[in-house]
Amino acid sequence: MREVAIIGVGMTKWGELWEKSLRDIYVETALLALEDAGIDKVDSMYVGSMSSGLFVGQEHIASLLADYLGQANIPSSRIESACASGGLALRLGYLEVASGVSDVVLVGGIEKMTDVSGHEATYALGTAADQEYEGYHGMTFPGLYALIARAHMEKYGTTREQLAMVAVKNHHNGSKNPLAQFPFQITVDSVLNSVMVADPLRILDCSPITDGAAAVVLYPAEMVKKKDKPMVKITGSGHATDTIALSSRKDITWLEAVYKAAKQAYKEANKGPKDIDIIEVHDCFTIAEICVLEALGIVEKGKGGDAVEEGMTSLKGKIPVNASGGLKAKGHPVGATGVAQVVEIVKQLQGNAGERQVKKARVGLAQNMGGSGGSSVVHIFERE
Amino acid sequence: MEGIVGYGACIPRNRIKVEEIAKVWGADAPSYKRGLMLEEKSVPSPDQDTITMSVEATKNALKRAPIDPKEIGAVYVGSESHPYAVKPSGTVLAEAIGATPEVHTADFEFACKAGTEGMYVALNLVKAGEIKYGLAVGADTSQGAPGDALEYSAAAGAAAFIFGKENVVAEAVDTYSYMTDTPDFWRREYQYYPQHGGRFTGDPAYFKHIIGAGKGIMEKAGMKPSDFNYVIFHQPNGKFPFRVGKMLGFEKKQIEPGWLVSKLGNTYSGSSPLGLTATLDISEPGDKILIVSYGSGAGSDAFIFEVTDRIKEVKDLAPRTRELLDKNRNYLEYGEYAKFRQKIKKAD
Repeated sequence: MREVAIIGVGMTKWGELWEKSLRDIYVETALLALEDAGIDKVDSMYVGSMSSGLFVGQEHIASLLADYLGQANIPSSRIESACASGGLALRLGYLEVASGVSDVVLVGGIEKMTDVSGHEATYALGTAADQEYEGYHGMTFPGLYALIARAHMEKYGTTREQLAMVAVKNHHNGSKNPLAQFPFQITVDSVLNSVMVADPLRILDCSPITDGAAAVVLYPAEMVKKKDKPMVKITGSGHATDTIALSSRKDITWLEAVYKAAKQAYKEANKGPKDIDIIEVHDCFTIAEICVLEALGIVEKGKGGDAVEEGMTSLKGKIPVNASGGLKAKGHPVGATGVAQVVEIVKQLQGNAGERQVKKARVGLAQNMGGSGGSSVVHIFERE
Repeated sequence: MEGIVGYGACIPRNRIKVEEIAKVWGADAPSYKRGLMLEEKSVPSPDQDTITMSVEATKNALKRAPIDPKEIGAVYVGSESHPYAVKPSGTVLAEAIGATPEVHTADFEFACKAGTEGMYVALNLVKAGEIKYGLAVGADTSQGAPGDALEYSAAAGAAAFIFGKENVVAEAVDTYSYMTDTPDFWRREYQYYPQHGGRFTGDPAYFKHIIGAGKGIMEKAGMKPSDFNYVIFHQPNGKFPFRVGKMLGFEKKQIEPGWLVSKLGNTYSGSSPLGLTATLDISEPGDKILIVSYGSGAGSDAFIFEVTDRIKEVKDLAPRTRELLDKNRNYLEYGEYAKFRQKIKKAD
């Protein structure tokens, strides 16, 4: 297996991009990544997208986007694993370069979610849950994560305030990210008094509906000649699945897919939780960040709430989590999220993260998750 | 110089509170009240519709205008809730006030700006010398689907304006219109309730067009926000008019006199016109007033008026708009409201 470097990253402003179409957003973003890489021809492309069919009525987007990017005829694949689509696209691109099948692989992620009503978007997202056991009974993702939150509070004493602190921290970070959908700060009080969505989760516990894309260019590390910026390599990649129905799990507060994917990535990178300097996790709801940190082994089981309360995961804490603002403040165009996490880690490891730069970051981890934990992808990155 | 000769308002006496609606749907009333700055809204009685409210508002306008209705050469009713799909509202109104048969009549429809459209045409026909007086009414018994966010605001009311060149109460200094094809809110034929694009009704719709029309008319007239005593914007909820006012450089105190929405709701075609009647009620000679409507689909009409000495004589010849809003209110429970709005119907 060859070592794989990320030689270019691209991300554009996220939000309600009503003036742009799916292809506009993707091409604009992918061109930034290609420009950053100094490359204009790619060998193959992977695009993470959860539900372009339900969101904009367009399937077959791998070919469409390759064409509009000026790369017609290349092998191009659209990858779907719910909200982990972007992370999984990266893993497949990584394997293709590592195996020697291709040299230049473009990995993008995109979702255009605001062309439908909130109701239709909730339905589209809900298709990532188990339709027969969850969807048909009226369950939506806020409901599923509310069950997880309630169980975590009962079992470990996690407090309502600790959940709020996750959102406050991520908005604090997001306020320093000009590309974020909601680049402003919020307070614990504003979270606790925001509109109830699914008890105990309120609207400010939930990531938003977003239009956006992100892209990275992968290349064999041994072939990199240009040394104008620090080289960032993917040194570990892990992928695992779990039951997609929450009711089939032994413990709904434990994310087995995250644990297994992380184990695989740690092993490949020959690293452990203690070696990680900076993390991007899938905080689709505040409770998710807490459970993910536990499954990644960053904190003990049940201690995720304490970690945020004690400041361990803040920008100046021991292990900054979601310096980008996370899904909460940066936005969550589902298929793009897993790739955007990588964009952030690369910027941080290269020292290009502006006001939210984490000092002395050398090893980074990105964790992307589908549904209520039915799939997860974890990558570890190191700066040379 | 041409301008407003008489103006009048009509507001149904029935009201329903935000809490009463929220209770039925299990919604969070405080967050609606805080988020949209809405407290209650007007509800038409079972026998009130766009036509009856237009007649009542026009009668009040005629009380303030010393004219013979026969001299009215144009009667325009702007509404998105005309009682008939085919058959004008304007003919009934023209007949009821005795303006027929030598009169031009048309019904206008452009979501919430149909009222100011009629005003624009009537005023300009007067200006062109085609007619002596022109009447324009903005009236609606607007519909919000049960449980939809619109149900908290969709209200009823009418405002009527008679334009002419003599006995002018407020001179029309300038007009301006700003329009694009922006589908933020619509109702297809045979649909009972409108649909809307949620948050899309904000920045690319309401704000873009009001700011476009507001800036456009001030530039055309060579005026700036501080030149105006009062300003009225379309009022789909309590928050938007203040936000757009701030964006254009107006102060809260310029907006407040015409800001009726928290107690009235959104009267659609009647919304900014009713704000104008309330503002005229408290204005003094020489005051300058800017009004900018907004209609989904989407566009804004803007007018600048300068109040004349005559305002002192006419303001109290008919009920003031705030009086209609504050006095004689009758609070409904949701059941009565549902019946009044024909959300439930008695079996035959």
